[in-house]
Amino acid sequence: MMLNLMAKGMIEVKAVLKRDFFLYFLLLLPMAYIFIFKYAPIYGVLMAFQDYNIFEGIGGSEWVGFDVFNFIFHQDSFYRALQNTLVLNLLDLAAGFPAPIILAILLNELRYARFKKVTQTILYLPHFLSWVIIGGMVYLMFSSGGMANSVLSRFGLGNIDFLSQKTNWLIMYTAVGVWQSVGWGTIIYLASIIGINKDLYEASDMDGCSRLRKIWHITLPGIKPTIMMLLILQIGRMVSIGFDRPFVMGNSLVSDYSDVISTYVYRIGIGSGDFSQATAVGLFQSVVGLIFLAAANYGAKKIGEQGIW
Amino acid sequence: MSGRKLNWTDLIIIIFISAVAISCLVPFLYMIALSLSSNNAITSQKVSLWPVGFTIETYKTILSDVEMIYTLGYTIVLTAIYTIFCMFLTVCAAYPLTKKRLKGRNFLLTVLVITMYFSGGLIPSYLLVKNLDMMNTVWSLILPGAMSVFNVIILKTFFGSLPESLEESASIDGCNDLGILVRIVLPLSLPSIATLSLFYAVDRWNGFQDALFYITNKNLYPMQLKLYQIITANQQLDTQQGEGSVGAYIVPESLKAASVMFTTVPILVVYPKLQKYFVEGVLTGAIKG
Repeated sequence: MMLNLMAKGMIEVKAVLKRDFFLYFLLLLPMAYIFIFKYAPIYGVLMAFQDYNIFEGIGGSEWVGFDVFNFIFHQDSFYRALQNTLVLNLLDLAAGFPAPIILAILLNELRYARFKKVTQTILYLPHFLSWVIIGGMVYLMFSSGGMANSVLSRFGLGNIDFLSQKTNWLIMYTAVGVWQSVGWGTIIYLASIIGINKDLYEASDMDGCSRLRKIWHITLPGIKPTIMMLLILQIGRMVSIGFDRPFVMGNSLVSDYSDVISTYVYRIGIGSGDFSQATAVGLFQSVVGLIFLAAANYGAKKIGEQGIW
Repeated sequence: MSGRKLNWTDLIIIIFISAVAISCLVPFLYMIALSLSSNNAITSQKVSLWPVGFTIETYKTILSDVEMIYTLGYTIVLTAIYTIFCMFLTVCAAYPLTKKRLKGRNFLLTVLVITMYFSGGLIPSYLLVKNLDMMNTVWSLILPGAMSVFNVIILKTFFGSLPESLEESASIDGCNDLGILVRIVLPLSLPSIATLSLFYAVDRWNGFQDALFYITNKNLYPMQLKLYQIITANQQLDTQQGEGSVGAYIVPESLKAASVMFTTVPILVVYPKLQKYFVEGVLTGAIKG
C-alpha cells in the first residue's frame, strides 16, 4: 500500500517535472539569488547572539546568549541613535506625511491641464535625485557662504547656521525631506481622487457647496482609505531609517541629532568591526519595526479601517 | 467643474503650486550659476541665480578630467548591466509564478514575500559580500541588490492580467512555455518591463550606500561615491561622520556645483521623456501593495 502510494507519487512528480521543467528551470536562478543574498544574511543574524569572530565564522564563534544585547542596552550612544531615529521619523510624519495630501488636493483643484502637467513634471523631479546630489546642493546653498545666507545678508539679516546649529539642522533635514518627496507622493493620492464618484461633486454643486466644503466632505473622505494605508505603512517604519539621507546631510557638529540607527550600525559595525553589536542593533530594529507595523495595522482595523493585511 | 470663471481661490492655488514648483528648480539654477561663476565672485558671495564673472573654466576642467569621464562611462555601463541582469532575474521569477498549475507555487511565493518583511540587516549582508570575496569588485554593486521582490510581484500581476486565451491558443498551436514567454508574453509586457527597468536603473545610478560599504578602489567608484568625495573634499575632516572624505586638497565651490550638475544632467535628460512610465509603475505597485 505504502509502496504503491509512493510509486504513484513518484510518477506524479515525474509528470509534473516533465510538464513544467522549463518553469522550474527559470525559477532556479532567482531562487538561488534569494537564498544566497536574502536568506543567508537572515541566518547571519545569529551572530547577534555570539562573540563573533570573523576568522571563525558563525560556526566557530562562541555563543553568548543575550550578552551582546545586554551590552548595547547599556550604551548611551545606542539610545541616542534610537532617539534620533524616532525624532527624525516623527518630524517626517508630522511634515512629510500631510504635505503630499495637501498638494494633491490643490493639484486636483487646478483647472489648467497644461499648467498642471508642467508643474507635475517639475514637482516629481526631486524624487529622482540621489541623496548625495541633494546633500551637495543643500551644502552649497545653505553653508555659511551659500546663496541662502548671501540673500539674507542683503536684507540685513545676519548669517544663519543652517547646517551646523542643531535645531536648524533638524528643520533643514525635515524641510529637505518634504522637498524631495512631496511631489512624488501626490501620485497615489491623485489616482485615488480620480476614483471618487463624480456625481458627488455634481450633487454638491447643485446644493451650492463651497470649494472648501467639497474638499472637506467629498475629497478627503474619498481618499481616506489611501491615507490610512500609507499612514499605517509610515508608522510601521517608525524605527527604520534609510542610510543615505542622514549620512549625507549629517556632520559632526550636529551628530547629537543626526546619528541614527543606520549610521550607528555602519559606524560600530563596518567602522569599528564590532560585528556582533552592530548586528544586534539591526536585529533589535527589525523586531521593533515589525511590532510597530503589526500594532499600526491592528489599530487601523480597530477603528474600522482596512489594514494592509 | 470646468467652464466656471477663474476666481481668487484659483489664483491662490496657482500661486502656491507655482511657488512649490519653483522651489524645485531654484537649486538647479543656483548650481548652474555657481558652476559658471568665477571663484572670486563665489567667495565674496555675489552669486545667486545668475552667474557672476562668467567662465566655463570649471566645465573645461571636468570634461578634461580623465577620471571623471571614466567614472561617468563606467557608471553608465554598470547601470546598464545591472538593469539587464535584474530584469532577467525578475522575468525568470515572475513568469513561472503566474502559472496556477505550477506545483509549489504558493510555497515559492511565500519564500519570496517573507524577504520583504525580514532581512538580515546591514552587517550580515556586508559580511556575506566579504565572505564571497566580492569586496572591491563590480559584483558587489550588481549581485546583492539584483532582484527586487516587490518588482517581481508587480510584473507577476501584469503577466497575470494578460488574457489566458492567448497562451492557450499558442500552446494548442504547439508553442512550448519558452515560446509563449518570448513570443507572446514579453512583447505584450514591454511597457511594464520598461517601467521596472527604469526603477532598477535609477536605483543603480543613485546608489551610494553599497559603494561606500564595499568599494575602496577608486577605479570602481560609481558616480555617486565620486561626487560625495568631491563635495566633502574640503569640509574639514572632523565634520564628517564617514571615513570617505579625503580632506587634503581644496575643491572650489564652482567645481563642486559643476560636479553636481554633471551627475544630475543624465537624469534631467532622461527623466521628462520617461516620466509617464514611472508614474504608471507607482500606480501598478500601489494597487498590488
